[in-house]
This record gives sequence, C-alpha cells and structure tokens, in this order.
Amino acid sequence: MSTASIVGTPVAPDKRGHPTKTRLGRAFLYALAIFLGFIFVMPFLWMVMTSLKSRGELNLFPPTLWPIVWSPSNYLRIWAVQNFGQFLINSTVYSVGAVIGTVVSSTLAAYGFARLKFWGREVLFIVLLGTLMLPSQVLLIPQYILFRELGWLDSLKPLVVPTFFGNPFYIFLIRQFLRGLPTSLEEAAVLDGANHWQIFWRIMVPLSKPIIVTVAAFSFVTHWNDYFGPLIYLRNPSRMTASVGLLLFRGDPETVVSWVMAAAVITVIPVVLVFMWTQKYYVQSVASTGGKG
Amino acid sequence: MPWLIGLIVFTLGPFIASLYLSFTDWRILGAPKWIGFDNYERILTADPLFRKTLANTVYYAIFHVIGVNVVALALAQLLNQKLRGFVLFRTLFYLPTVTSGVATALVFSLMFNGNTGIINAVLRIFGIKGPNWLFSETWTMPALITISIWDLGVPMLIYLAALQNVPVELGEAALIDGANRWQRFRSVLLPLISPTIFFNVMVSVIGSFKVFTLAKVITEGGPANSTLFYVLYLYRQAFESLRMGYATALGWILFLIIFALSALQIYASRRWVYYESGDNV
Repeated sequence: MSTASIVGTPVAPDKRGHPTKTRLGRAFLYALAIFLGFIFVMPFLWMVMTSLKSRGELNLFPPTLWPIVWSPSNYLRIWAVQNFGQFLINSTVYSVGAVIGTVVSSTLAAYGFARLKFWGREVLFIVLLGTLMLPSQVLLIPQYILFRELGWLDSLKPLVVPTFFGNPFYIFLIRQFLRGLPTSLEEAAVLDGANHWQIFWRIMVPLSKPIIVTVAAFSFVTHWNDYFGPLIYLRNPSRMTASVGLLLFRGDPETVVSWVMAAAVITVIPVVLVFMWTQKYYVQSVASTGGKG
Repeated sequence: MPWLIGLIVFTLGPFIASLYLSFTDWRILGAPKWIGFDNYERILTADPLFRKTLANTVYYAIFHVIGVNVVALALAQLLNQKLRGFVLFRTLFYLPTVTSGVATALVFSLMFNGNTGIINAVLRIFGIKGPNWLFSETWTMPALITISIWDLGVPMLIYLAALQNVPVELGEAALIDGANRWQRFRSVLLPLISPTIFFNVMVSVIGSFKVFTLAKVITEGGPANSTLFYVLYLYRQAFESLRMGYATALGWILFLIIFALSALQIYASRRWVYYESGDNV
C-alpha cells in the first residue's frame, strides 16, 4: 500500500525529507508496545502459570506468578475429575460439523445470490440482510420449543443441524467476494457446455479459497467457543462441550483453580492454533468487512 | 436453496411464533394462554428487575463502548507506525478475541479475586488496598467493564484498516501549516475516519446490549443484582422460571431498544460523520 498515515505519529517518514523518526521515538514506541503487549498477554500467562501451581500455592497473597513447585500433574488429573476427554470430543464434533454445514450451505446460497438469476432474488437478499438485524434472543424460545418437540434436546443436533441451512452473515460475505470475481471464466465454461453445478465446483470453489478458509476459520472459532447454545440445549455432563464443561470443574466436588485453568488452557489451544494458521486470511477479512471472530 | 428452507424453519417460523408467544402466558407445560398486552404492560410498569437490568446494561454499555473504541483506536494508531515486528503485536492484541469467553471469564475472576488476585497485588505495590472486586456492589461492574475491553480485536483491525487508508499528504499539509500532533489527530484524522468510528460504535452498542457470558460465569448477576444484565434476566425468565411468554416479550423489547438506538445513532451521525464523497458508507 502506497499510503501511510503520519497523522498523529511523532514525525513524518524519512524519504519525504521531514525529520526522521528518531531512535528515541522508535525506542519509545517499542517500549509502549511491549508494555501493552504484556498487559494483553497477562491473562494467558496467569492461566498457564496457575494451571502449573501446586494446591498449597493457590491461596497465597501476594500471589506468585511463577509457580514455586511446578505441578504439571494437574494436566493429568483433569481427565479423571471430569469427563474432559468427552467434552473435547463433543466440541470437536460440534465445531467440525458446524464448519462443514456453514461452509457448504453458505457457499451454495452465496453462489445463488451472486450468479443465478431467479425470481425474487433481490427481495430475498433484503430479507437475508434483515435477518442479520434481528437479535437471536427474539427467536430463542420458539427455536428451543421446536427442538424440544423434535426430541433433540440434550444432543448436538440443535447446534449443528441449523448450520446446514446457511448463515446470513457468511452468505453475505461470500456473495460480496464472488461478485468481485471476473465472469469470463464462467462464460468460457458455459460455452464448453458446463452446467451450474460444474461451474460451481470447478471454477467458483477453487477461486474462492481465501473467503472459504476465512468463513471456515470464523465459524470454527465461533462454535468452539459457543457458550449460550450448549448452555441451553445440553444437560447431561456426557453431552457437554468444552466451553460449558469447563464450568463443571467449579465446585465439583471442590474448586481447585489449577485444574480449572489447566482445562481452560487445553480448551483455548485449538482456536489459537486455527487462528495462527489462517491469520493471513482472517485479518484481511475482519478488516474489510467488520467480521466477527 | 437450502438457505430458503432454513429461513422458513429456523427464522420465519420462530419469528411469527415468537410474536404470538409474547402475547401469551406460557410456562412450557400446557397450552399458551392468550393474555393480550399483559406481558408488555407488566414489564414496562410493574417489573422492578426489568428497570434494574436495563439500568445495569446501559451503565455497562456506556463505559464498554467508550473504553473499547478509545483503546482499540489507540492500539490501531500504535500498530500503524509500521515498525518492524509490529505484526507480532497485532496478533497478540487480537488473540483475546478468539479466546473462549468462558475461559476468559474464569481467568479474570481469579485475577480480580480480592484476596489472592494479581490486580490487588499490583495495587498494593502502589500502596492501594484494592476492593473485593467481585463481591462489591460498587466494584463488580467496573471490573466486568475492564474485562470486556480486553476483547477488542475486531474494532482494532477495522480502525487499523481505516488508518492505513488515510492519505499521507493530508497529514503533511497540516504539518506544514504548523498543526501540532493533537491538532492533526483531532482535525485531520478523526474526521477522516469518522465513518469507521460510527460503524464500530454501532456494533459495540448492539454488542453491549447482548452481553451475557461475563456476568453468567463470573457473578451470576450478583452481588445484589448489580450485574444482572438484560439478556441474563431474559435467560432466567425463560430457562429458570420457565416463563416463556414473558421472556419472549422481553426479547421483543430488546429488539425494539436496539432498533431505536440504531436509528438514533444513524440520525445523530449526520452531525458528526464526514463522508468524503458524500454517499459511501
């Protein structure tokens, strides 16, 4: 990018002949960034350090940051205290299922909105944007009743199945991306006798890789961290996902915060990895669309 | 188009059902009983908890929106200095946003613990005796607001993108005219990114009216309902008191509040948001 803001910066860029960013100014900015970075990392650090403390250390004041006695065995205990392995399996099934559902259905619907001409398309698109405005709390109870009538309570179905019907926000996101693609390839394919299905699979999907990766990453993070859904639909501990299961470590039979934190660390790791791995796409999309993450 | 079926089954159907339910008395067992506007009337005139939760939510919203936007903009401005290695800090500042809200809430409840938490340990270094944050009617809300500001990755990236689009020449021109740093920030930069500020403020206002996890996990609305937020109250009415009709009416009032606030902001934005070409958002 050729433009860069100098407004509010200590001094202007060197090449333009303005006073250069002084060494002192640079050192100050680094110091500031490191200080702020430390504040932002502190909760993660606290989580990891607490998870490695022995029980006697948990109630000290002032607290120690660095454990006096390292107790990595906390990470072994948590599997027996709660059915944590099952929580992680449930979370994985939920998140992976929801990612597949979201990506497949939202991509198809977005393709329809971007490329197919059908009666009522514009009206439907406005309805789609309208549903984005509606707070989920309005639909919450009828949806709950619906799933209850279907006998789906206490299973992952109410969480996963709706994702196979598309998510309005992602449909919008993918549609915007598809509209930015040139139509020449499709026109050539039509001349070669390709149908819509072939165009979709052979041309649109490969070209849309960046946005598909972004949507997959967004929805993985959202569903892995989802708290409200599992909270209302899941009852039996063996069905819980990690995000709600974490709370079962509190007070059952007693609260050992180092165990709670060990479980929290393990719960956080997958999303951090997914984020790091897809960051390039992720950051771009958030910045350009105001995506949720 | 599976989305269309989904729209009908999971959105349109529930939408109509929800409107109907909000006019009924229904405790999940038996059939909903039509009671007209009774739910709405009771919520608006005879429910002290409704007023309490609304006041709590507004309190939270005001400070959360200001805090998140000021800090996110400041961090974006810092990242925009384009020093080597700052990409790493961008990742760092964004990480809280992908972190599970429950894990976040759990670790912060340890850090804010009045007896063993690090916050009070740090305050003690400066000779301040910290309050018992999470058990004080006065201090719990400020603690929750502080925690909520940690999650600012999305607005930060949006501000950063906006700052990167500000033309260098404008700042230089102001510099030549003798504007100091604050004047350049206040008179050149802020107007140029005002559409972005507007967008982020809108999103964070809506977000703060839906705040739930923090209070549910850390305080359960306490102490003495001082952090009982609107959606937490709705959740309790629905899934603890099983008053489905009443909870649905609460949902519709929330929708109307958000709708009215958005309309108000769009109206107010005409006074302060500057669009370069006059028509793009």
